[in-house]
Amino acid sequence: MSAVIRTQNLTKRYQSRNAVEDLNLEVLQGEIFGFLGPNGAGKTTTILMLLGLTEPSSGTVRVLDLDPTRSPLKIKQRVGYLPENVGFYTDLTARQNLRFVAELNGLRGRLVEDRIAAALDRVGLADSGEMRVQAYSRGMRQRLGIAELLLKEPQLIILDEPTLGLDPDGIQGMIGLIRQLCDEQGLSVLLSSHLLHQVQRICDRVGILNRGRLVASGTIAELINRKTAEGVQLSSLEDIYMHYFHAEPGSRDEALGQPANTARS
Amino acid sequence: MWTIFRKELADHFSSVRFLILLCLIVMVTLVITYMVGINLRQELSGGSKPGSVFLLLFTTSGRFFSLSQFIAFFGPLLGIIMGFDAINREQSAGTLSKLISQPIYRDDIINGKFLAGVLTIAVLFTSLILLIAGLGLLTVGAVPGVNEAARLLLYLLVSIAYVSFWLGLSIVFSILFRSVATSALAGVALWIFLAFFTGFCASLVADAVAPVKSRQNPEQVMANRELQQNIGLVSPVHLYTQATSTLLDPYRKTSKQFVLVGTMENISMNRFQNPLSLGQSLLVVVPYLTGLLALTVVCFGAAYICFLRREIRSA
Repeated sequence: MSAVIRTQNLTKRYQSRNAVEDLNLEVLQGEIFGFLGPNGAGKTTTILMLLGLTEPSSGTVRVLDLDPTRSPLKIKQRVGYLPENVGFYTDLTARQNLRFVAELNGLRGRLVEDRIAAALDRVGLADSGEMRVQAYSRGMRQRLGIAELLLKEPQLIILDEPTLGLDPDGIQGMIGLIRQLCDEQGLSVLLSSHLLHQVQRICDRVGILNRGRLVASGTIAELINRKTAEGVQLSSLEDIYMHYFHAEPGSRDEALGQPANTARS
Repeated sequence: MWTIFRKELADHFSSVRFLILLCLIVMVTLVITYMVGINLRQELSGGSKPGSVFLLLFTTSGRFFSLSQFIAFFGPLLGIIMGFDAINREQSAGTLSKLISQPIYRDDIINGKFLAGVLTIAVLFTSLILLIAGLGLLTVGAVPGVNEAARLLLYLLVSIAYVSFWLGLSIVFSILFRSVATSALAGVALWIFLAFFTGFCASLVADAVAPVKSRQNPEQVMANRELQQNIGLVSPVHLYTQATSTLLDPYRKTSKQFVLVGTMENISMNRFQNPLSLGQSLLVVVPYLTGLLALTVVCFGAAYICFLRREIRSA
């Protein structure tokens, strides 16, 4: 399986602080990768670097085999991004918002309407297309954000805290939608969150980021099977997370969490 | 870029802000034109008439100011109001992150917004001038000749360029300042300074750098005045008023004033006996136009430098 995202020693420095340090991340095609970490860990910074919205201080990053700093437009044509607090033009209707984004993506004519209808249908907003976004609830706005992503028929979607602020029903719906998109359309998903239960349910693999460093990565099964330095068995994602959250950078516990150096095709 | 252009244009024309501005400007111009028209009719009813009556509509003062003065001092406000929240409103609404993650160039965002503003201003001004011309025809009864119509067209173009400069400046402020209120305030502050206080500051600086120790020494006086003039060139309001007064008043001499002659000679020398042709007027006006365009380009340069490499987070 080929990697849709591959970074090597990716570092981003702000003045005296390393927001992201020596990040070696790999996301494979067709999988849902959970990017976990506390607030301020560097998740959003990494995502910005993946999209070419920020320049890395050092290291390399390849998304769909393209360099974001050299060909950002090509990447943005193929990658959908749902930011943390997605905004819409509230005085326009949902369809008008989608039409605007579709045209920005280079779609014209009949194709625009077809894709809008398909996207709204996919996220369950087909009946609310003519409503102004002002009247949309938070859950509906998140779904509209996903509909916007789907307009360009991306190969990879990056979601920054997609379930933040949703009620339990909305969270279920969002998770189900993401899983469906991955299964049915073969989309690769990079999901950044700090809500562990949801991540646990849909992610194939996870990576735990703390203070800019990737302290653990692998499938949840792999991580659960590892023991800590003291020999304690970690039995749930929450345990894993709390353990690595408190691990000192550079300690043996951290090394335990690093992905094995197996060559991937 | 044209997608953004079309959306911004629709936003402008459907916004309440634009409607209020439109009503205000139309009201003021209608009132002034009517008053000026009536006055002109009365003044010119006897005796020989000067060559270009029609343009006098724009340069004669009504109760407080003439139309060209009105546009010179309040046009910037129009430009500022249309552009002061261009980028920072999108940032606070969260739509800017969405825009820049689409496959478009970042400068397309600025260019699209600017062009939409320019077109709105152009439509507004063209309708305004046509309205004034129509009303003038009704009240004064003077029909513009080809020369006057050409001058009017040039006046229209220069006015649009002038207000577009202020639009560009307010877009730069909206990029520099996060808060919408701050960028509006900065624009208005700069406008007030440049419109009302430049002359005063220019004379202050000139007196500091090249003081006139004795009025009898012509070189000192000349140097002082030269410096004042040159400092004045920095202000777009000054550039605009100089350019348009030459365009609209073909009898007016060039802007460099003679300082050594007394008051009476000044008055009689101030006006030509025969009007300047259009080509000559243009020649006088071109340096000022170049100055205006240069200022606009500088503004855009500043906008690009700030915006193109900035990191934009949605939170």
